[in-house]
Amino acid sequence: MQAAVTHSPALASLSRVTHRYGPVLALDDLDLEVRRGEVLGVLGPNGAGKTTAISLLLGSLQVQEGAARVFGFAPGAPEVRVRRGAMLQISGISANLTVREHIELFRAYYPAPIAAARLLAMAGLEDLARRRYGKLSGGQKQRVMFALALAGDPELLFLDEPTTGLDVDARHRLWSEIRALRESGRTTVLTTHNLDEADALADRVVVIHNGRRIAEGTPAEIKSRTAGRLVRCVTRIAPDEVANLPGVVEARTRGQHLEALTTRPEDLVRELLARDEALADLTVVAAGLEEAFLALTRDGKEGAA
Amino acid sequence: MTGGAATASAGASMLARDAHRLTPARRFRIYLLEARFQFVEVLREPMFAIPTLAFPLIFYLFFGVIMGARGVSLAVPTYVLATYGVFGVLGPALFGFGAGLANERDTGVLLLKQTTPMPAGAYLFAKVMAALIFGAVVVAALFLMAAHAAGVALYRWQWFALAGVLLAGVIPFCALGLAIGAWARGRSAVAVVNLVFLPMAMLSGLWLPIYMFPDVMQDIALALPAYHHAQLALKVIAMDAGQPVPMHLAVLAAETLAFLAVAALGFRRADSFSMRRIR
Repeated sequence: MQAAVTHSPALASLSRVTHRYGPVLALDDLDLEVRRGEVLGVLGPNGAGKTTAISLLLGSLQVQEGAARVFGFAPGAPEVRVRRGAMLQISGISANLTVREHIELFRAYYPAPIAAARLLAMAGLEDLARRRYGKLSGGQKQRVMFALALAGDPELLFLDEPTTGLDVDARHRLWSEIRALRESGRTTVLTTHNLDEADALADRVVVIHNGRRIAEGTPAEIKSRTAGRLVRCVTRIAPDEVANLPGVVEARTRGQHLEALTTRPEDLVRELLARDEALADLTVVAAGLEEAFLALTRDGKEGAA
Repeated sequence: MTGGAATASAGASMLARDAHRLTPARRFRIYLLEARFQFVEVLREPMFAIPTLAFPLIFYLFFGVIMGARGVSLAVPTYVLATYGVFGVLGPALFGFGAGLANERDTGVLLLKQTTPMPAGAYLFAKVMAALIFGAVVVAALFLMAAHAAGVALYRWQWFALAGVLLAGVIPFCALGLAIGAWARGRSAVAVVNLVFLPMAMLSGLWLPIYMFPDVMQDIALALPAYHHAQLALKVIAMDAGQPVPMHLAVLAAETLAFLAVAALGFRRADSFSMRRIR
């Protein structure tokens, strides 16, 4: 019983947290554990409760039910603030201050900040230091927010949808900057609704849907579980009949078309063609993320850790 | 992974056990920087700088210097020196504090800063200091125009006392700005500030002497903080309506406390309200 414990203790955790905004249930008995040195991807569709979970770990929301701990302290404790950095979904910081001024101000908040020149280099902002924040492009603004999150040389970093609204180039640039953080031994919590982003960056992924954890594992495990296909066609076969076929997760009518989400598209197509010779306008496409989440939800299984 | 020499290790893990405690030197530096950047930020905003800095000075140039030069006495330039001074302190407090705070709550800057070790006091201090400095700039410019262009003559103690009384107005007016900032959202805050700023300036007798108004309007003025502040400023130059100083001070103190209470209520309500948008 006293043997050396190899698994590293949680750096931050939510335990059985339930959170409501008025009548709306945002988090439903959620457990979340952040382990030292990992990049944890918190994945889920918009409105799943990701930002609520992050806000509780940042102390910007009060815990209603359950418990939130960071470094063994309450999330808003001064001991936590000096060791944590955050990049939030906010519409902007003062447009009239320059990049260098913003960085200087945030560095002053922390006892052992990263040197300004290094922060500028880490976020790729060397050439923009004297530009006012308001004159930057969307990608450049996100890089400033990234630099501010790093200003205090944090052990634990929260990135809430860091690449939302960025074009492909800006996104990949920020991805490489986030990857570099892992090499430096920091722990990162990354929320995203983009499966590719979680795949590119995370060591471990937790999928949240309707405030509940519906899956957990490596990105590869999550992807294999969401590999459904959407079969679409015009047919006289009723959705209820299709729903009972093997591998079908859900079937519904949309306009003139039948839409069926399945993990076995070949079997389904064969079956549909056999049952309805008049079937027309058939397409098979990879399920979007919303469908993938639906597949996970319908499975109803908690992912193995 | 422990990190080689080339990659920086997460330095914060080396933080001393009590690193989260703010030393006086660090606290001072945060307050100073926060105030400096708050000031710079507002200074670079023409929508703020022009109406709040230029309006009182242009008014004084017109009513104090040009119109005053045609008058037989120095009564008008002296009177409006005090009341435009109140106007000049009121503007930065309402626009910088009220509209600025509402804006920063709306954009999320405040939310972000609240996750950092920034002491909340530094944020409020910075806003009050910026309002104070802008107010002082307007008052100094008004004094220069009054003494050198309009020919206003006051005793030395009166200049100092008038400056002191005018700048002390930052306290009740910032409290009012805080209350507005706590309730109004984003851009609508500028509209709310204008709805408070201009009518209150007029009804408090900042533009025209209060005794020129009908009785009803004079009664309304009794409820306004700018009226009591202006009366204290006018008392220094013996041009007030003759009400007792303790009455003015008591009203200002009570209203300041009321504004702070309203602000606290607004923040509490906003906590549950604004969070509903996050999710």
